[in-house]
Amino acid sequence: MLRRKVGLLGTAVGVAMLAVGTAQAQDTIKIGALTNLEGPFAVPGQDGHRGVDMAVKLHNGMAGGKKIQILKYSSDATPDKAVAATRKAVEQDKVDIMIGPLSGDEGIAVKNYSKTHPEMVFVNGSSGAQATTLQDPSPNFYRFNTEGAQWMVGLGELALSKGYKRMWLVAEDYGFPYSQVQGFMASYCAMGGHVVKKAWVPLGTKDYSSIIAGIPSDVDALVVVLGGSDAVNFLNQAEQAGIDKPFVGGSITVDQTVLNYKGKKRESLLGTASAGPMADGIDTPAWKKFVADYKAQFPDGFPSPSLFAYLYYINTQAVLLGLDAVNGDLSDKQSKLKAALAKLEFDGPAGHIKLDENRNAIGSTYITEVAKAADGSFYNKVVKEVPNVSETLGLSKADFDKMGLGNRDVPNCP
Amino acid sequence: MSAAEWRRAMNTGAGRRAWSRIPGGPEAGGAPPSSATVAMVAAPGIEARIGALLGHIRLRHVLVLAAVLVYPWVVNSFFAFQIGGQAMALGLIALSLTFLGGYGGMVSLAQMTVAGVASYMVAIFGVAGAAQGGASSLGWPWEIAVVIAVLVATIFATLVGWLSVRTEGIYTIMITLAIGVSFYYLAQQNYSIFGGHEGFNQVYAPTVLGINFRDPIPFYYLALFWALAGYFFVKYLLRSPFGIALQGVRENPRRMNALGFHVTAHRVFAYSVGGVLAAIGGVLMVWYNNRVSPGSASTEMMLNILIIAVMGGMKHPIGAFIGAIVFVLVQNFAIDIIARERFNLVIGGVFLLIVLFSPDGLLGLWAYFRDRFLSGGIQSKFKSAEGG
Amino acid sequence: MTTTSARRLFWWIVIGVPLAAFAVWALDDNAKQFCSTLLNGITLAALYFLVASGFTLIFGLMRNVNLAHGSLYLFGAYMGWIVGDATDNWFLAVGVGFASSALVGLLLQVSIFRFMQGQELRQTLVTIGISIVLADLMLWWFGGEIYSFDPPRAIYKSIPLLVIPKYPTYRVVVLGIAIVIGFLLWWFLNRTRVGMMIRAGVDDRGMLAASGVNVQRVFAITFAIGAGLAGFAGVIGGSALSISPGEDTRYLLASLVVVIVGGMGSIPGAAIGALLIGLAEQFGLSYAPTYGIVFTFLIMVLVLAFRPNGILGRRTA
Repeated sequence: MLRRKVGLLGTAVGVAMLAVGTAQAQDTIKIGALTNLEGPFAVPGQDGHRGVDMAVKLHNGMAGGKKIQILKYSSDATPDKAVAATRKAVEQDKVDIMIGPLSGDEGIAVKNYSKTHPEMVFVNGSSGAQATTLQDPSPNFYRFNTEGAQWMVGLGELALSKGYKRMWLVAEDYGFPYSQVQGFMASYCAMGGHVVKKAWVPLGTKDYSSIIAGIPSDVDALVVVLGGSDAVNFLNQAEQAGIDKPFVGGSITVDQTVLNYKGKKRESLLGTASAGPMADGIDTPAWKKFVADYKAQFPDGFPSPSLFAYLYYINTQAVLLGLDAVNGDLSDKQSKLKAALAKLEFDGPAGHIKLDENRNAIGSTYITEVAKAADGSFYNKVVKEVPNVSETLGLSKADFDKMGLGNRDVPNCP
Repeated sequence: MSAAEWRRAMNTGAGRRAWSRIPGGPEAGGAPPSSATVAMVAAPGIEARIGALLGHIRLRHVLVLAAVLVYPWVVNSFFAFQIGGQAMALGLIALSLTFLGGYGGMVSLAQMTVAGVASYMVAIFGVAGAAQGGASSLGWPWEIAVVIAVLVATIFATLVGWLSVRTEGIYTIMITLAIGVSFYYLAQQNYSIFGGHEGFNQVYAPTVLGINFRDPIPFYYLALFWALAGYFFVKYLLRSPFGIALQGVRENPRRMNALGFHVTAHRVFAYSVGGVLAAIGGVLMVWYNNRVSPGSASTEMMLNILIIAVMGGMKHPIGAFIGAIVFVLVQNFAIDIIARERFNLVIGGVFLLIVLFSPDGLLGLWAYFRDRFLSGGIQSKFKSAEGG
Repeated sequence: MTTTSARRLFWWIVIGVPLAAFAVWALDDNAKQFCSTLLNGITLAALYFLVASGFTLIFGLMRNVNLAHGSLYLFGAYMGWIVGDATDNWFLAVGVGFASSALVGLLLQVSIFRFMQGQELRQTLVTIGISIVLADLMLWWFGGEIYSFDPPRAIYKSIPLLVIPKYPTYRVVVLGIAIVIGFLLWWFLNRTRVGMMIRAGVDDRGMLAASGVNVQRVFAITFAIGAGLAGFAGVIGGSALSISPGEDTRYLLASLVVVIVGGMGSIPGAAIGALLIGLAEQFGLSYAPTYGIVFTFLIMVLVLAFRPNGILGRRTA
């Protein structure tokens, strides 16, 4: 901290900065953690930092026999800021390992940046874009969480089992919802379901009334892949317009922020199905311990850990486990750590995790339904766990490549 | 407006007489306006011009030039690239606003949008990575892409100018803000050309004669070259008949009109000139970020350019670069000094303080202290808010 | 004379015929969707009018382009939410929304803008600074969460309207409120003494001051009302949609475009601009979802190209 302040003053008066990069004692390992502390994801970003802190604390602040020092960085969900913060961490503050960023487009940009520093390890934070690992992957970028399309695997089967044969879809018009929609539709279409119409709306659309007016009357249910305030607005307005069809939601459509937002509760959401890499109501000892640890360590945090806390937690945990495996040996361009991470397998709070050949996680997806807790608050009850979800969504590599990454028109089954 | 018409407007006898009577711009470089005016009127040979230029060089100019040339060798790659290179590129875009606002009296918020158009054109016509949304670039050689980018962005800037100068000055800021945000939404919504929300990734600076401009030090020198070129170009232009007439238009458009100047033509042409500067800045920015997306020209970025220009001071072209350096330093080191998440509060607060108490920015502050403590007495120019 | 009317006829045909053709096609294709979109456009326009009227009022008199108008919208909404949440009284929330933003507006005018009379550009820059600072302060206090209001059940359900079996009552209420506010503004500006002073000030500020009127007081009142309208719209709009960071920019932009299209400083202009923009946005969203926003700006560019001062704007010196 002090050293960096000196550095700033030094530049201000035009003094050489040679002192900054000097070698430091190798008994600590510096890890940079990049989330969002500003912009639209400032609140979840803070929870991401909690996930990092928690993983380090539960590891006693040590890994591979060395002390772990966490340096915090922030972006505002724009890729430019994410790369700028990463570059500062890597080139100015000389961190050994980098964890982050938070959102999908940021992830793609940081992955591209990681190629310019092949000597060190980059681990994802919570970003979930398919393209990060499926298009032009970086050999030193690791992602121990599953991504947006994987999070929806199994939901299509559930929709069909409920008798939803024809559905109408509304989703935001960018990468993450494309992936989510693909994860849902890949199996839903293959098993004979029909998505009769897709309404792609601009991110941040507030007024959905005219979109809602266009919902055909002959569909069985609606697929709603919106997040945050977009989801709240859509659900409110659909209720006002007298839409009484059941919903199927994306991974962030009916999460804690939407279910328990400031305002009155929506009884109509009870029973809404959705899916994701974790759920509030997972009934395993590992998850219950995770939630208890979170609550104990962060009394001012959320009522239970958010998606972002969980994702940052498992990525940080993976780094610490990897360091343990190589006894903190970062020599030879971290080659031992890279090898250890690539074959690392461990049981996180929400299931078993291992990496595929693109260094993306193969893990569990949880199918959930909105339920009411004893205290009146809403939560996501687990209906089913789908283990070992791969990035090709259970298809063979060739079949998946034939379909390509999700976008406005892929997949399609009107 | 045809080119011939414009030339006639610029070259009328009334015009010639007029500019020789109008005193030079506000303390441009501290040199007496008369010497420049004399140099122009005499239509001197190249030696005389160079002689006049050399006469203006002071020790501080040499020192600053030496410092910026040596800078990347004494700092690490982060300072060379992310501080130095970025400040020069942002400074160039802010310079276009200083030129328009400080000398033309037209504060355009769309300069970042012009830069954004140039960035997009480099990605669209040049080489970029594949995008999930399905947009693809044409993959033409970078030389062609860059030329097209600057051309298209300049035409865009001219159109913005044409739309906004038709109304009174104070509306400019509203109209340019609205145009800028509309471009942001257009880029965000259009997948076939602009690549939507994701934009273009992997847009890399070229390798020329074995020099890879992606590397920190070459990129720094590239940005520095264009920053210096832009700076001297603006300084030169302000002394040209066009520049002096533009300042006349800022002071009193009706009188300039009565004197036979085509006021609208001068203003629109100023937008074109500013457009070239911003476009070059935009090309540098896309190479700096290696990518472009709607966020590269968002409202926040548009306001950042305004903050840079105003913070540095709009009464002299150097203000844009001083503002950019301070802005980039605060942006990168705010997290170490105060909490990063309150960056906007700090930068917004500084901006507010400056427009409230020192309308001429950091340059004005410096002039204030110089006058106050070095020669005594507060000069009235500090009080004037908008030069009129 | 004849050439003007011929030209006018030409434009009516050029613009009107395709629109009429579209309306006939859309009605035939799906009457319910068309009527619903039409109503949505009009009710959204009502909300835009509420926000933009305050903006244009301030601009018309003081030449102050208040780019912090969106922040006042969000500020009023948050304040209204706090009171509404504590008292369970939505009407009180609306009142507090108006009062809190009016107070901030009054403070700004009395403590800052009063000392910058005539420096229009500097005032505008100050409002930009204020908007950046206010936005960050509000993010600090209220976080990135989503807030929504709880209006009385009677106006928060659905009713049958035209061919639509269930139309949200609240949107109709917003339309009613906008009409009432529009009428009140007309009455205030045309039938009260202060209103007449404001109108006189819009026409000739110098003359108003010369005739012995306390101009500063008129300015302060106008700024308070304009800012208050933003806060009022914050609660009304926050009840129709929801409140979250970023809404400030959205409504600032809506106000800008509405006022640029309608004519700067004109209240009827704001109404016309709001109607055009609201309809364009909803029809765009309904019939060409991805380019809905672009239509809005196309209208703005076209208006600027042919009528630089807006549809009802006047040239001012």
